[in-house]
Amino acid sequence: MADDLRSAVATSETTRRRPIPWKEYGLFVALAAPNVALVLVFGYWPVVYNVIMSFQRWDMISPFPEFIGMDNWVALFTTDGLGGILFRTLVLLISVTLGSLILGLGIALLLDQRLIGRRVARTLAFAPYVIGSATTAMIWLFLFDPNFGLIKSLLGTVGVDSPRWMSDAAWAMPAMIIVHIWRHAGFVAIIYIAGLQSVPRELKEAAIIDGAGAWHRFTSVTAPLLTPITYFLLVTTVISTFQAFDLIAIMTGGGPGTATQVLSWHIYELGFVRSNAGLAGASATMMFVLLLVITALQTRFVRRSVNDS
Amino acid sequence: MSTTEAKVAVSRGHVDPVRPGVPTRVVQYLLLLLVIAAFGIPLYWLITSSIKPPEEIQRYPAQWIPGEFHWQNFVDAARAAPFGRYALNSAITVIVGTVAELIIATLCAFAFACLRFPLKNVLFAILLGALMVPGHVVLLPNYLTVASLGWINTYAGLIVPGLGSVFVTFLLRQQMLGIPRELMEAAQLDGAGQLRTLWSVVLPLIRPMLITGAIVTAINKWNEYVWPLVVTNTESMRTLPVGLVFARTSEGGVNWGVVMAATLIVATPMLIVYFAAQRFIVSGITEGALKS
Repeated sequence: MADDLRSAVATSETTRRRPIPWKEYGLFVALAAPNVALVLVFGYWPVVYNVIMSFQRWDMISPFPEFIGMDNWVALFTTDGLGGILFRTLVLLISVTLGSLILGLGIALLLDQRLIGRRVARTLAFAPYVIGSATTAMIWLFLFDPNFGLIKSLLGTVGVDSPRWMSDAAWAMPAMIIVHIWRHAGFVAIIYIAGLQSVPRELKEAAIIDGAGAWHRFTSVTAPLLTPITYFLLVTTVISTFQAFDLIAIMTGGGPGTATQVLSWHIYELGFVRSNAGLAGASATMMFVLLLVITALQTRFVRRSVNDS
Repeated sequence: MSTTEAKVAVSRGHVDPVRPGVPTRVVQYLLLLLVIAAFGIPLYWLITSSIKPPEEIQRYPAQWIPGEFHWQNFVDAARAAPFGRYALNSAITVIVGTVAELIIATLCAFAFACLRFPLKNVLFAILLGALMVPGHVVLLPNYLTVASLGWINTYAGLIVPGLGSVFVTFLLRQQMLGIPRELMEAAQLDGAGQLRTLWSVVLPLIRPMLITGAIVTAINKWNEYVWPLVVTNTESMRTLPVGLVFARTSEGGVNWGVVMAATLIVATPMLIVYFAAQRFIVSGITEGALKS
């Protein structure tokens, strides 16, 4: 950005005396307009639309929504089970974020070694990112199957009784956490591997000559250099997990009972199952605001920890 | 697994001056096997189960190597749902969507990188801000917008809302900013207009990023689940992932051999793309992460 500004200043100095380049402005508008318009209509307008809907009652069939003031907001915050929904969202969010970041970093550190077979491991670890949520859901529904699943068989051979996973209220959420981490850890690892490769060798070698142990080397040389990547991964993982929907919709449909009902499922159900546009708009607005707050907090936290170190 | 141990063991081996001892290496290879198993076995299970007959699927303890090639699963899968039609819908959505999105993104990136316009950096920041709007928040409003355009259950409805791109535009613009100004000025001294410069100077230079962007965009569109789910309402307009989920529900979810065969049909095209173009995909994704 700073470079842009500087070059923009430089060009404007050399062209100061020229007339305003209307033709170039026109071309700019023509080229940028399609993308900008699409982003405004399908990216920004929905945020406004959600807010408008949140003050209306509408079943999405009757021609005109009815203005009802704060009723949807009151209804949203007095919903039975909103606390539970937010709690489960948070459980999924924290478990998947911590799980995939820690595992992903571990895998990256391992695959950064000169080991035979590390390419195979990298290719396999990243494959879940490519095969998509519907495919992932199908594979894991089969693996978790309480009668014919591989997991039941594997646990059986070490003498453990397999839980019934998706159909057991206590085990459905752990199962969802496992699948989400499986899907995301490889992505995290790939990014960390790229980051590790950009750590200058001389730095590590200098640390070795100084007699630093492996753990000390990791915390004093490698980890600080990975901080920007960790921040990127933290923010993107939180955003994607906060709105995790596909796997839950396909694998449990929020159940059994309410065991895997998270905020994204709740919004979907309000809008597309119960046709309550107002309450869905209010819930989506709440989700958006919560994400902004979480991201802002993360930014502050990361800034502080960078300043400390 | 203790990750602390793993990290220590692992980082000890990194720099050559200190050669890792044999115990460290053994631990590293055990961990490597664990990683390969954790990510490889589910894929192996998908592939092998798709050709197992029901009695092998239901065997306990599980049978690791299929005893026979039970191709009937694929025949049954094709009979259970119109996967050919789903594949056609997926192909149209992905190909048209990817080509259109890349053209739109390239033009926009060129405008922001190479043309003058008042406050264009502010405008670009606004464009980037859309990354903060989560996809799930826009779902219902976009459904209503598409409905008011009369696009429910059409290809336009499937494709158009996904055409606006922030991330690809960002990456392409970064690339274009890296092109030496002199190259473009030389072209313009030779009498080339802006669009001519874009075509003959800029595009050849950013081709690797264009390929990467196209592959990653295509994979994401192919795997899209929730949008095609809500915007289509007849079987003939469903895409593969949506059709797969409906097919499993109607099969009752017991006949796993058939379900795995259907799943493999859906996953195979992207797995082929992935194994063929892994370098492009990985470089695109890491580039995006390291630059932003």
